Amino acid sequence: MSAVAPILAIDRLRIEYPLADGGVLTAVEGATLSIAPGEIHALVGESGAGKTTIGNAVLGLLEKPGRIASGTIALDGQPFDPQRPGAVRLGRDIGAVFQDPMTSLNPLFTIESQIVETLRAHLPLDRSAARARALELLKAVGIPEPERRLSAYPHQLSGGQRQRVVIACALACEPRLLVADEPTTALDVSIQAQILDLLRGLADERGIGILLVTHNMGVVAQIADTVTIMHRGHIVESGPVAQVLRNPQADYAKALIGAVPRIDIRLDRFPMLDGANQTEAGAARDQLRAKALAVGDPSSGRDVPLLSVDNLSVDYGAGFLAGRGARAFRAVDGVSFEIRQGEVFGLVGESGCGKTTIANVVAGLRAPTGGTIRFDGQVIAGAEAAPRKGKARRAIQMIFQDPYSSLNARMRVGRILAEPILFYELARTRAEAEADVGLLIEAVGLPAEAAQRFPHAFSGGQRQRLSIARALGARPRLIVCDEPTSSLDVSVQAQILNLLKDLRDATGLTLLLISHDLAVIRQMCDRVAVMRAGRIVEMAAAETLFTAPQADYTRQLLSLVPTLERIRGEV
Amino acid sequence: MAASLSRRLRRVPLSVWLAGLMAVVIVAAAALAPLIAPFDPTDLTSFNLIDAELPPRFSPDGDPRFLLGTDNQGRDLLSAMLYGARVSILIGGGAVMVAAVVGVGLGLIAGYFGGWVDAAIMRFGDIILSFPTILLALLVAGVARMLFPAASSAEWAPFILIGAIAIHEWVQYARTVRAATMVESARDYVRAVKVIGLPSRQIMLRHILPNVMGPVLVIATINLAAAVLTEATLSFLGVGMPPTYPSLGTLIRIGNEFVFSGVWWIALFPALLLVLLVLGVNIVGDWLRDLFNPKLRGRG
Amino acid sequence: MLRLLLARLGQAALVMLAVSAVSFGMFRFVGDPVAALSRENATIAEKAELREQLGLDRPVVVQFGSFLSRIVRGDFGISFRNQRPVATLIAERLPATLELVLVATLLSLALGIPLGVLCALKPDGVAARLVQAVSLIGISTPTFVTGIVLILTFAVTLGLLPSFGRGETVQIGPWSTGLLTLSGLKALILPSITLALYQLTLIMRLVRSELIDVLSSDYIRFARARGLSARHIHFTLALRNALMPVITVTGLQIGSLIAFAIVTETVFQWPGMGLLFIQAVSFSDVPVMAAYLLFVGLLFVLINTAVDLLYALVDPRLRVRA
Repeated sequence: MSAVAPILAIDRLRIEYPLADGGVLTAVEGATLSIAPGEIHALVGESGAGKTTIGNAVLGLLEKPGRIASGTIALDGQPFDPQRPGAVRLGRDIGAVFQDPMTSLNPLFTIESQIVETLRAHLPLDRSAARARALELLKAVGIPEPERRLSAYPHQLSGGQRQRVVIACALACEPRLLVADEPTTALDVSIQAQILDLLRGLADERGIGILLVTHNMGVVAQIADTVTIMHRGHIVESGPVAQVLRNPQADYAKALIGAVPRIDIRLDRFPMLDGANQTEAGAARDQLRAKALAVGDPSSGRDVPLLSVDNLSVDYGAGFLAGRGARAFRAVDGVSFEIRQGEVFGLVGESGCGKTTIANVVAGLRAPTGGTIRFDGQVIAGAEAAPRKGKARRAIQMIFQDPYSSLNARMRVGRILAEPILFYELARTRAEAEADVGLLIEAVGLPAEAAQRFPHAFSGGQRQRLSIARALGARPRLIVCDEPTSSLDVSVQAQILNLLKDLRDATGLTLLLISHDLAVIRQMCDRVAVMRAGRIVEMAAAETLFTAPQADYTRQLLSLVPTLERIRGEV
Repeated sequence: MAASLSRRLRRVPLSVWLAGLMAVVIVAAAALAPLIAPFDPTDLTSFNLIDAELPPRFSPDGDPRFLLGTDNQGRDLLSAMLYGARVSILIGGGAVMVAAVVGVGLGLIAGYFGGWVDAAIMRFGDIILSFPTILLALLVAGVARMLFPAASSAEWAPFILIGAIAIHEWVQYARTVRAATMVESARDYVRAVKVIGLPSRQIMLRHILPNVMGPVLVIATINLAAAVLTEATLSFLGVGMPPTYPSLGTLIRIGNEFVFSGVWWIALFPALLLVLLVLGVNIVGDWLRDLFNPKLRGRG
Repeated sequence: MLRLLLARLGQAALVMLAVSAVSFGMFRFVGDPVAALSRENATIAEKAELREQLGLDRPVVVQFGSFLSRIVRGDFGISFRNQRPVATLIAERLPATLELVLVATLLSLALGIPLGVLCALKPDGVAARLVQAVSLIGISTPTFVTGIVLILTFAVTLGLLPSFGRGETVQIGPWSTGLLTLSGLKALILPSITLALYQLTLIMRLVRSELIDVLSSDYIRFARARGLSARHIHFTLALRNALMPVITVTGLQIGSLIAFAIVTETVFQWPGMGLLFIQAVSFSDVPVMAAYLLFVGLLFVLINTAVDLLYALVDPRLRVRA
């Protein structure tokens, strides 16, 4: 690597944010890395690690009042100040690709005008030459029917196509370096695979250096040559991908890589660096189990599945006053499955496949258009069932995706957790309810004084624990988990998934787990249904599904998902 | 969020302090008018036509009894202004309260239930909004006077005015609260209590309402300024408060008739007080709006 | 596009129906048309005859129907106050109001947009702070106070400009214009400034906040990352996005300017529809009030529909949904 002069060389970079109170927040400290021609260098870390800050610094797009306090950034051996570019020009020498292709393009201008304006800002081209070049670029990034797309507006393209246009803009002036900040995070697995292939091709064929900022270890394994792991503003480990991922040296790197869910084998638990707060929580969990049994739900000894979904269908946009002549959209189309007592059942699929709609119907947030749902033999949703009201809902509770919105910011945690207990009359007095809340908080591994605080005092992972505690407070028999960890950092995800496993073991709960992440499903579920466009394409025991998938779609998904196990060049 | 808000509150700019102080002083002076005004302008025995149109004390022909001069009936202008500001603020505040209560209620219902309830409320609001405030208020006030002659009396006119202003303003609250309610309803904490099965009323009042009140306070502040202006305009046009119980707008209307004869103070002093009051409220409202607008955070 | 057109026309028709219902309600139930139209000492029999003549004995729905058919034919009845056809009265006053509103709109756009851009691009500059401060005073000053201050300054004290009326007008067919004579133009200056001032501040503040929003968007960040010049980003890209809502608001503004003209016309004794209306209100001249309402309602609906369609033409996201 040292034989070739690096395209990008960052040396001991320090980035600071002056605070209003006169202090200084150091976002990045002593960061050094370099990128050779044709190299894809992944910068990974959890939120707040400083990886995006480095990307923005190279692009001269640091959010005010952030500034480069010391250190240098050099392109092709030439140091430059990204805020005041001289010889090095943003857009010509360095291209950028951002996370969300839906908002990166100006909705009021055509694709052509957005590419052409970039070209003409840097190169002496007339309009027709620029247009010809734009057409070439669209071909190069693999847009079908490029002539027609030139005159299209961004909203007429799909997300994947838009990201290709964004890449075309970034490539317009043949930059030496591309900074790609989470370029595939907003995309589905199959589109992600195409965009990653495109980026890899650009590096291999044109010798462009790519700084790839990402949180996804699978993406790193699939396309990067080199990886740099960051933690709280510092680089903790850097080196060739295979070496770092297979054999990390730093403690944090080990923990981070250990926390990534594996898709190849099922582990009993995620390995944790600190096995804290496990023992004392055990007693609380036993008590919870006793309390849950004391509710006296009808015995589950009968030979019926706990939940049985039969020919379920859900339409959106139908009905009176839908407006704009919208035709009904069938989100769920004739879906049937059963969940047995004590089982973890997974529903997996890409966005828009209908899995969240099913979660909403099962939890009673939405009425089905057709079909029936039985819970413990009783019809709870369907054409002939009255909508469940009030206390009848107790047995099915839900955990949500976004920990930052799942707790009411204006209520103390104690009151949030007590609400279902009091509403279902599971405690005779307020004091009894408070005791229950204490038990719940302990069972999810938080300190007892948490009850006195407001939600904003807690981190994302802690909030998700509270969300789980609220669901448990109702002493439910089934918990619907809708993407419970997809907005969490990977190490926190591992903790939450461990917690769910432990609680399931301790209380005998049944879980319906909705996720887009095949690896999470593999680690958690006993049986899995794969969904596509509102239908179930394959349903099997988890082991069978992952080792011997039957449906083409399942096989395709499994082959496309970037995973830690498949490191580039090794397979 | 709450922490950062309180930190921002501590960094209130000087101009906002001054503006708030100005508004508070005017409101306090108006509230205490019966105690601090030199005369009682509603007491017919306290003034004399002989004193009419006396200029302010500091001008050459000023009368020491009347600091800001007298109006066309010989009333002390300062006293009339203090009492007038009282009327203006009460009507403006009343209109804001009525509009806020109706608007927040309907907005919550429309946003929470959606469907045809939402469509009906919002289409009705659209129709109301397709008329400017002033035209609608003029119509309501004008028609009320034709139907009930008593409507122009000092006792009934304030209520007619409150209704005439609020009939337009509630839509703004309803739109804002509806939009915020739809956002909040889709958020997971509301979905969580829906899964629990709490009754709708409890979800709306206990969970959603506290989370949508921020923008409502901003609108209420800005609308207070607007409502005071609308009342002044109606009174200026002659469909508001009667001259026997004048608001600031009525005083300006009276003064307007004398502007050409060089008697400028009857119109100008009440106008100045009105502008200062509204300006103070607007500056505070403007700052509040920027405070609650996340997109403007951290900007100058 | 066609669907949008139909939806808009449907909504417009609904609004017009509501307006005519209110207008009819005023006509029919506010004040007593029989008392207003008959001699003072008319007998009961004469009144009953008049009732029948006016159709007041028929069901309300039928009356509403005939009311609608009359207004469609342009028959708005006779003014109680000066016993002339209301349609003629309005036609006489229309040009004065429309010329005033037109000039005021142009004025507020021509000044409001550049000032808004200035405030958004250099929010901490001296000029922007000054403009911001003045604009706050602007929205805090009622139209009639602005008018009175302008009259006191430029008419009473300095004697430069006329304080009331339209000056000399030139008759072009049915349209009487004040734009072609010097005294007409001079007479227009103070009223149009008065009317424009409030709207100017609204447009300025809207442009400012929209532009600030747009400048913090992802696509502007991406435009910066492509190395485009600040000039190009601000004036070609961002301004276009920021002006989209201005189109809608300007449409609404024209509508509210027509209504606000009531106040301006009162202050300046401008012989337009607004003055006609406010006189009708103080004399309980119901036919004029009802006709004014219908007429202004129609203007609003036409302008708003036109603006919505214009918006759909300008915004590609709506244009292509056809």
